[in-house]
Amino acid sequence: MIGIYLELACLPAGRGFGDWNLRYNMALLIIDIVISGLISGSVFALLAIGFSLIFGVARIVNIAHTAFYMVAAYCIYVVTHKMGFHPIWAMVIAIILVTLLGIICYKLFINPIREHEGAVLIATIALAMAFQEVMGLIFTGTYLSVPKLINGYHVILGVKVFYQQILTFCVALLIMGVLWVLLTKTKLGLAIRSTAQDREVANLMGINEARVAMMTMGVSVGLAALTGAVVVPLTVLEPHMWMHPLIMMMAVVVLGGLGSLKGSFLGAYILGFAEALVVFLAPMGAFLKGSVALSIMILVLLIRPEGLFGVYFEEER
Amino acid sequence: MALILFYLRKLFSVIKNEVLVLPSRVVVVLFFLFLLLVPLFTKDTYLLRIFTLTSIFAILAASWDLLSGFTGQMNFGHALFFGVGAYSAALLNKYGGIPPWGTVPLGGLGAVLAGLIIGIPCLRLRGTYLALTTLAFPIILMGLVFAFPNITGGELGISGIARLAGSRVADYYIAVVVMLGLCTIMWKITDSKTGIIFHAIREDELAVRTSGINTTRYKLLAFSLSGFFAGISGGIYAHFMRIAGPSTLEVSMSFQVVIWAIFGGIVTIYGPVGAVFVLFPLMEFLRFWQEYRILMFAAVVLLILLYMPDGLFRWLRDKIEKECPRCKIRNIATRDTCRICTASLD
Repeated sequence: MIGIYLELACLPAGRGFGDWNLRYNMALLIIDIVISGLISGSVFALLAIGFSLIFGVARIVNIAHTAFYMVAAYCIYVVTHKMGFHPIWAMVIAIILVTLLGIICYKLFINPIREHEGAVLIATIALAMAFQEVMGLIFTGTYLSVPKLINGYHVILGVKVFYQQILTFCVALLIMGVLWVLLTKTKLGLAIRSTAQDREVANLMGINEARVAMMTMGVSVGLAALTGAVVVPLTVLEPHMWMHPLIMMMAVVVLGGLGSLKGSFLGAYILGFAEALVVFLAPMGAFLKGSVALSIMILVLLIRPEGLFGVYFEEER
Repeated sequence: MALILFYLRKLFSVIKNEVLVLPSRVVVVLFFLFLLLVPLFTKDTYLLRIFTLTSIFAILAASWDLLSGFTGQMNFGHALFFGVGAYSAALLNKYGGIPPWGTVPLGGLGAVLAGLIIGIPCLRLRGTYLALTTLAFPIILMGLVFAFPNITGGELGISGIARLAGSRVADYYIAVVVMLGLCTIMWKITDSKTGIIFHAIREDELAVRTSGINTTRYKLLAFSLSGFFAGISGGIYAHFMRIAGPSTLEVSMSFQVVIWAIFGGIVTIYGPVGAVFVLFPLMEFLRFWQEYRILMFAAVVLLILLYMPDGLFRWLRDKIEKECPRCKIRNIATRDTCRICTASLD
């Protein structure tokens, strides 16, 4: 069963499913839903932004995107548990290593076949499978966890809100802010945006399109790694942990509109809250949460085929 | 008597002039003969089981090619059709008591219905939007399967349904004959006028619409045809394994189909079929290194793609055959001049 994992991340620790009817009242429920929605929303937003960046610039549908997120999480596990470094160092090392890994994979497997869209697609699927298997071989598929960056919690209306949850949310917002500055205020951002708009014209204007694609791949994988880094203390590590975020990320990208940062941001929180609501309110919620979130996406698409904020691209001919 | 002789002579001349001139056609004939004759040489149930499953998945991969390869409607949720076929065959058999020869086509029709239901919202989307949206449908259905375990069996699936046929050999023949028949039908469809319109929709949908062709209708037709074939393979799978479980709806199943089809070469029909016959037995063979199985599978796919991004079987075909630059007839690569128009082949 895919799909259980993120929800474990969203549930505050120490409260099982068993006694929830007794201890829950309306206020607790609302706070739990808000926290869980905000956190999974931020994770989806970060992932979706990275995914749509590389899609926009290089037209690569990178299925392995969330696999990089998983690799980063394992990387942090190794550095903190096996080598005994502080989690902050683990995060830095993980982000650098995974970004390098992403660029190497791009150079070796994706760049040579970029002209063939289908081939790129299954190359990324194969990469994701390979990562999953390698991690499964090294860490034997058991559930692992990583220490929190900061311990402790604050009690709001009787609900434990862990500082780690607040930190994750704040870091996610901060990263999105930095990314927005990078994309709108710097030269690299200008190059990325113009390449996304029109590859040929960007090339004619003297932008090295191949290099921009490579750097975008770096930024995109780096974002995936960062997401993994901020969310890993709240979640359980196992080799299949990339599947559910992958699906939700794709749904967010479609819902928000491909290539639109604002759309990804909003879409991510819509789907994150939808999931949280279903998990906490509906019977059999854990099974249905994916279905409901994806049904919302399809309903929106029925009304707006280009997503919430997507630009309807003129058909490329 | 004279009539029989006439037909024999005609058959002989067709084989001589149409089949033996091209190595790819010879390979196809040998492939048919090989599959039909395997049980004469071996009664090994394990081997027959692998070939049966391979045939079932070959139908699935070819049906993906019919939809996504030919019309270019990238479908990432092909497991939906497979799963709907499997589940409806299983439900009809278990609760309706209909024998397999009835449930399998009905499962196919169920998948057609699914194809129409997802086809109608998806017609407004194209390219990557479509691919990412179709990915959602099998997951939605899987959520429903888990949410209503008393009908669908939940995680365990529906078990205890009727066998496809009495024995392994009979199972094998049913799967293989259905596969060969359906793939020939698919190939014929893609070769017909409808197939040409499918090609055209992939290349330039706007131009097709400008030519006065209702592309919506043809895209829906592609969705339902593909759904029908995939549903049949799902139904056969359910009856062969005697279980219809949520594994038929998994994301990895959808990805697997895409890998098979693109690995073999899309827009060919024979490519995906061949790819399944290469990759599925390979996976079984790699069972000797259980832990490294999927890793090696991924490595094979990655490496072959680096050298043959158009797909394995297209690459092979281009190696042994050349296309005449003047009349576009294919010739064996050893010839210097075209066999039809005698133009020189570069």
